[in-house]
Amino acid sequence: MIWSKEETLSREEIEKIQLERLQETVNRVYEKVAPYRAKMDAVGVKPEDIKSLKDLAKLPFVTKQDMRDNYPFGLFAVPRSELVRIHASSGTTGKPTVVGYTENDLKTWTECVSRIACMGGASKDDVAQICFGYGMFTGALGLHYGLENIGATIVPSSTGNSEKQIMYMKDFETTLLVATPSYALRLAEVAREMGVDPAKDLKVKIGLVGSELLTDAMREEMYKAWGKDMLVTSNYGMSELMGPGVSGECEYLCGMHINEDYFIPEIINPETGEVLPVGEKGELVITCIKKEGIPLIRYRTKDITRLMYEKCKCGRTFCRMENLSGRSDDMLKIRGVNVFPSQIEEVILGFEELGPHYEIIVTREGYTDKLEIRVELAQSTDSFGELEKLSNGVRNKLKVMLGLDAKVKLESPNTLQRFEGKAKRIKDLRSK
Amino acid sequence: MVAKQLSVFIENRQGRLGEVLNVLKTNGVNILSLSLADTTEYGLLRLIVNNPELGKTKLAEEGFSTMLTSVLVLKINHEAGSLQGLLKTLSDNNINVEYMYGLSIDGEEASVVLKASDLVKAEEILLKTGVKTLSSDDILSL
Repeated sequence: MIWSKEETLSREEIEKIQLERLQETVNRVYEKVAPYRAKMDAVGVKPEDIKSLKDLAKLPFVTKQDMRDNYPFGLFAVPRSELVRIHASSGTTGKPTVVGYTENDLKTWTECVSRIACMGGASKDDVAQICFGYGMFTGALGLHYGLENIGATIVPSSTGNSEKQIMYMKDFETTLLVATPSYALRLAEVAREMGVDPAKDLKVKIGLVGSELLTDAMREEMYKAWGKDMLVTSNYGMSELMGPGVSGECEYLCGMHINEDYFIPEIINPETGEVLPVGEKGELVITCIKKEGIPLIRYRTKDITRLMYEKCKCGRTFCRMENLSGRSDDMLKIRGVNVFPSQIEEVILGFEELGPHYEIIVTREGYTDKLEIRVELAQSTDSFGELEKLSNGVRNKLKVMLGLDAKVKLESPNTLQRFEGKAKRIKDLRSK
Repeated sequence: MVAKQLSVFIENRQGRLGEVLNVLKTNGVNILSLSLADTTEYGLLRLIVNNPELGKTKLAEEGFSTMLTSVLVLKINHEAGSLQGLLKTLSDNNINVEYMYGLSIDGEEASVVLKASDLVKAEEILLKTGVKTLSSDDILSL
């Protein structure tokens, strides 16, 4: 079901709305947010210079560092009394990034997530179990209000206590699961340990996964674990922009539709900052054009993707962003080669004998980078020959994919760490 | 007659072998013989135990990669050259021995555990030469 009529507007109509809202936003931040005014003055751009959507490229970028430098409320465009909610990112490195919402912002957010939920097949008949951590993180509450808005029954189970999660799924007949892909796979594992077959004994038919990238291979694992008739869609967002609700996949699984009446996407070369032609892969930059609390202009997401404007079979006209190929800051440079963890994941998931959990360890011996991949055995064997064949097989596939030689270490099942939120699978032990 | 061997994959990490033995101890699984082979990365522990099924279930519950493997347990004379003769018979028939370890010595007889490329054919040939094979039950009464 298509939730809003805006999702099917013509390109002309979309661009008209975008330009109006962009001009209004730029005027507002120039007037109300000192750091923005300083940035724009520094490059000599005035709000009236924004005459067409192309002029967006004249505006300076905003980065996570800008948010940290202005911690906590320096980039806000409204007085604190107008805010009705505050969220923050985890802040694993230094201070968290803080975002604030006005009453209208919360309405916008709910609208955006409602659309994404419908794209992923959700309806008022669903029982939606939200296995994202509630709290300062935007994931749980974003999905919560969006799904509630379309009339689904919410089970706000949060993360943790996986046995109880399975019990709720069974007893409440949960039909829709919200989780990170890695936690969804962990839950299926726990279910099987409890003697519950997720495909047969549970009614979960829709998976709205996010907060981590969903590779095709990971989606296959989801089908294997939860049943072939499940519809698993990924959705995208980040707290700086709003939270989940920036974009989401429809049932045709051909990229995530961006809510273009609220966000303008651009793709840039992450090294030079130049805007790339449509269809090329690069870093996603997003401008929020209908936000009151903290309207970010040209925010550098660090996520790597490309944009597609061809019409989708679902009838939506909003452009699509390809499922992420990684983050520019997750990208590892090993012996001069750019490596995305998603490439390694794809190789590992291609082997039936291996489980879906893995760890990437990068070390430096002398002047040489060493890459080691730890994976769990999913099938047992009594033969060194088979173990060797398996690790050599993985090694060869990695060599083809990355052009790098890696050491492959086989581990017993359930020995690698499991994650309830975003999986942290990379250990870069090279001294910086 | 084939016997069941319990095979366990173990990473080369301190205390890992002890963890396996601890699971077996807790569940009253007694070890009659074992062989441990290793590379720099991992090892394979092969065990003849009194209750291989129980051992496998309990080890799997604790997260070990484990399986039951069919092996031949052969009774041979406890004298110089009997094992050599047995291996020659197999080799003459193009059967490859994958691994082997001793099980028991009792007076005039000894027994060995053997895994071959073609277990069925290996047993057939050895039976003709008068070698006795033992089942899992026979082993318990050794």
